[in-house]
Amino acid sequence: MASKVIQALYNDDDVLMHAVKKVRAEHHHIEEVYTPFPVHGLDKAMGLADTRIAITSFLYGCLGLTVAVVMMNYIMIEDWPQDIGGKPSFSYMENLPAFVPIMFELTVFFAAHLMVITFYLRSRMWPFKKAENPDKRTTDDHFLMELGVHDNEQELADLLWETGAVEVKVTEKES
Amino acid sequence: MYTFSNKLRIGSFIAMGLGVIFLAIGFLSAPSTVEEAKAMVAAHDDGHGGGHAEEAMGHGEEQGHGAAASHGEEHDASHDTHLLHQLQNRPWSALYVAAFFFFMIALGVLAFYAIQRAAQAGWSPLLFRVMEGITAYLIPGGIIVFVILLLSALHMNHMFVWMDAETVAHDELLQGKSGYLNPTFFLIRAAIFLGGWIFYRQYSRKLSLAQDESDDNSNFVKNFRWSAGFLVFYLITESMMSWDWIMSLDPHWFSTLFGWYVFASMFVSGITVIAMVTVYLKSKGYLEQVNDSHIHDLAKFMFGISIFWTYLWFSQFMLIWYADIPEEVTYYIARFQDYKLPFFGMLVMNFVFPLLVLMNSDYKRVNWFVILTGIVVLFGHYLDIFNMVMPATVGDQWYIGFPEIGGILFFGGLFVYWVFTALTKAPLQPKRNPFIEESRHFHY
Repeated sequence: MASKVIQALYNDDDVLMHAVKKVRAEHHHIEEVYTPFPVHGLDKAMGLADTRIAITSFLYGCLGLTVAVVMMNYIMIEDWPQDIGGKPSFSYMENLPAFVPIMFELTVFFAAHLMVITFYLRSRMWPFKKAENPDKRTTDDHFLMELGVHDNEQELADLLWETGAVEVKVTEKES
Repeated sequence: MYTFSNKLRIGSFIAMGLGVIFLAIGFLSAPSTVEEAKAMVAAHDDGHGGGHAEEAMGHGEEQGHGAAASHGEEHDASHDTHLLHQLQNRPWSALYVAAFFFFMIALGVLAFYAIQRAAQAGWSPLLFRVMEGITAYLIPGGIIVFVILLLSALHMNHMFVWMDAETVAHDELLQGKSGYLNPTFFLIRAAIFLGGWIFYRQYSRKLSLAQDESDDNSNFVKNFRWSAGFLVFYLITESMMSWDWIMSLDPHWFSTLFGWYVFASMFVSGITVIAMVTVYLKSKGYLEQVNDSHIHDLAKFMFGISIFWTYLWFSQFMLIWYADIPEEVTYYIARFQDYKLPFFGMLVMNFVFPLLVLMNSDYKRVNWFVILTGIVVLFGHYLDIFNMVMPATVGDQWYIGFPEIGGILFFGGLFVYWVFTALTKAPLQPKRNPFIEESRHFHY
């Protein structure tokens, strides 16, 4: 299904921020904003919900810690017990200090990698995904704000020009 | 201008008074003869059951009596004297641990302050007067610690075994170290450390106050230069101080990252106290400009440095545990056998608790949460110092009783009294710091 959207280009992040605030103050729904770099405070200005990535990060860390404990217990204690450094106790607890670096590393490893993967998926960027970018200039030095058009094309265009856009266009968008 | 509330002042006096009484009880109830010491331990053992043989072994090794005492009777006699010294050391050690703990808070804050100055941090100038108030305690705290060290050198107690000429005469290791570890040089070093730290504190405070009245930034620039220089001096002297004042309690044992370890402890305690004093002053209606983002930043530091402390604790522990070299590992054997609760309790209080409680970003902005965590962290780091000092000085004869609580009360009261008196001396908000605008609008 194709929907009609209006896109406004800006060439300065401050102008963009003010534009976003103004458009929101007029009660229009901003579909998406494309920027060449992260703009501090843009998420709050757009009224996006707080990120929950920190919670997933904590859970992934717990998972990594568990994997490390189970893995080291299997490798070093159950499957192939070894006498290393004169510590042949073959008990996980008594050899715990030796496993702590691995527990730490896997906690960080799981938290970091799974968090990045989650972030990509949540941003709808999976492998072989076709780029959604509506205008190549947003990867260089332009900022693009996209609004849905609901029979109010002229009103939106006027508003966007007023906020300092350098270009305003209306296109059909596949979704 | 801040006025010292009467409630707090009276509270600090009561704490000091109680502390003096408790310490006096501790000193008066210490045994003065071998017979008294044995009777005390016998009474104690009835109640708690003994782990005495192990302890004697640990200490024989630690203090170099083991080899000398081949005759049974001689060994018994020397062991009894040793026990007497341990019991006599207890009130001294309790006094020393508490004195050092509150002193190190002021020193940790001084390091934090110097880093803010040297980095020309924009977020923190609103908190400079709070930090300067806390570092004011450096003077009385430092003098008290110095006096305790002086009295130790005068053989008022047996905390530092290497100060005893008789022990050194029978100990080749200590003879080899005596060029560095001798009472005269020890006290000279302590005077240099304290002199340098107190000089920087006083001078930086003077420049900070002068900056308020001046019409250019020359005082600010001077303060920046002195702070950078101080940090170099501090890193070297703090490390040496930790060897001298704490590590030399176990003169045969050594750890190359001990200075960092003690630094982490004082740094996190200092930052915690900055956060607690700030939250307290805010709750009384002062420091209106300090917002939640400042508290958030301090809590982030508490969280981060707590983990840094754990990292160093574990680095020190794991290498010694893995290598298992007798002269190194005695240090941890003494702690594992006789100090299980404070040793592992400290890990929970200093690592697990702040890790879980302060992990959430929002909790770091909740003032009472920061206070609650701060109290636990401070007790944890008191225990940390306790665990560094007590096993060497009192062995398994430790107990949290009158002298220990008395020490905390007395020095805690003195600390509060001195810090809050210093806070009344100058406006709580610096006027002409070039970064004050940035600090006011600090927003995370």
